Amino acid sequence: MSTLTAVSGPKKKERGGIWLTLLAWVIGVLFVLPVVWMVLTSFHSEADAATNPPAVFAPLTLEGYREFFSGGASPWPPLLNSLTASVLSTALVLLLAFPAAYALSIKPVKKWTDVLFFFLSTKMLPIVAGLLPLYLFAQNTGLLDNIWLLIVFYTSMNLPIAVWMMRSFLSEVPVEMLEAAAMDGAGLSKTLRSVIAPVVTPGIAATALICFIFSWNELLFARVLTATVAETAPVFLTSFVTSQGLFLAQLCAAAFVISLPVLVAGFSAQDKLVQGLSLGSVK
Amino acid sequence: MTSVTERPGQATTQPPPQGAVRKASNWARRAPLLPALVFMIVVTQLPFLATLVISFMDWNAYYPDEVGFAGVDNFRRVFTDINMRDAVVTTILLTAGVVLISLVLGLGVALLLDRKFRGRGAVRTMMIAPFLVVPVAAALLWKHALYNPEYGLFNGALTRVWGWFGSDSPPQPDWISNAPLWSVIFALVWQWTPFMMLILLAGLQGRPLDVIEAARIDGANNWQIFRSMTLPHLRQYLELGALLGSIYIVQNFDAVFTITSGGLGTANLPYTIYQIFYQAHDYGRASAAAVIVVIGTMIIATFALRTVSSLFKEDTGR
Repeated sequence: MSTLTAVSGPKKKERGGIWLTLLAWVIGVLFVLPVVWMVLTSFHSEADAATNPPAVFAPLTLEGYREFFSGGASPWPPLLNSLTASVLSTALVLLLAFPAAYALSIKPVKKWTDVLFFFLSTKMLPIVAGLLPLYLFAQNTGLLDNIWLLIVFYTSMNLPIAVWMMRSFLSEVPVEMLEAAAMDGAGLSKTLRSVIAPVVTPGIAATALICFIFSWNELLFARVLTATVAETAPVFLTSFVTSQGLFLAQLCAAAFVISLPVLVAGFSAQDKLVQGLSLGSVK
Repeated sequence: MTSVTERPGQATTQPPPQGAVRKASNWARRAPLLPALVFMIVVTQLPFLATLVISFMDWNAYYPDEVGFAGVDNFRRVFTDINMRDAVVTTILLTAGVVLISLVLGLGVALLLDRKFRGRGAVRTMMIAPFLVVPVAAALLWKHALYNPEYGLFNGALTRVWGWFGSDSPPQPDWISNAPLWSVIFALVWQWTPFMMLILLAGLQGRPLDVIEAARIDGANNWQIFRSMTLPHLRQYLELGALLGSIYIVQNFDAVFTITSGGLGTANLPYTIYQIFYQAHDYGRASAAAVIVVIGTMIIATFALRTVSSLFKEDTGR
């Protein structure tokens, strides 16, 4: 029913407006509550974390974090692996996607829509179907548990998204400006630097952000293709639960630390998020 | 949105090159595209070819001496496997459930956020938070911190609320055992509603407000405006949200793996194939299952791609 009044104009805003505002706040709080609960629990002691009813105002402690960072296996190698895989694959994606997007928008090849849809179609094929051959390939070439295998795979996972996004950003470059640059005799590098770069830099940042988040989050391939050396943070997190006894505060601390890069990146670029997720089609 | 219609025109501003020159210029156009294209073909298409070959082989890693040609045996086993059929149904239920519920919720929240009110930015920020929790972390959070029957927040809240009314025997359901598939669906709805909301909110904000104002002056009520103006305008955004959501949720592994470990009838196709391959080590059967899933996806994806394609043409034709 909220939909009826939500579209109401300025005249009717006063009546019922306060209830809609309240409803929006309640829904917002409900959605953020699990995240707040995760953070709060991570600062509680294990005993306080496992009470029923919940001990909301229990004293705060860093016990969970201490246990996570120095209790058992160190989380630093997996965190570093995740960082390496995400950053390098994102860089590789941008390197491959930018020229491709250029050839699909600024100076389009023939049948460029077909090429664009080929990229998208690879995204629809279930990745689990490629898992076994990649695993066998890695096993036979000694690349199992090697971070480079993940980097290459994450690059292929994000490349279609990046090509779509960048094409949409590049096609925003005004044709007149490109023509003017050509008329003035500007070469490719000059055109790229002074005409294209100013328009697409925010778009490239959005693309990088999305690729980073998707690589950082990936679990299935990391789980199958890595073991102790190249293990990533999400894999580390799943192996972390098997410990006995009370572990909730520690688990929440771990979940929060591992989500922190994504939370920071996502919140700092909220407006870019939707652009990226919709492959650049929603501005 | 984007406008690409001018691009072909741009190409014709140069004098049409001839013969060898044209060939060379065509290759110059293609060159920047090739690295990405070759990379994608090698990394995504070759493995699928290998999967296709392996699907016709008798190959179980536990019996390395018995590798051989199997004909269509693997496919027969997959089609007659009750687990596989269950996995198909589960995948459809899971995907449809999450996409539909999060679309409806996302639409509601987007409509609420489309008005100006105090703290609108704060509510929007709070709404986005679930999407920015790493999926495995979110699944673990729901499983242990929320659903847990002994110390999870849900049952804790029930104890607290019942306590306010003087009751010592609050209901303490075991959420995951009682409703395993719904437990997975709700955890995913929580993560995907923000995504749908963001897309729909962007759609709402692109509405032509002057037309709506004119309709209101002509005496249209809110429901009429919503039905005949807002909803048709949002249609392509709803389709986009549903399509992209489906692409990601069909492939979901993290939530199923973490919350129920595929038990209690929640094993979807990615999880089932993972299991056949990773636990049963039956490479032939896993590949056959994968091939069938790929064929199924291709049929559905053709429709999906047609939708995107029509959206895309509409877009570029503007």
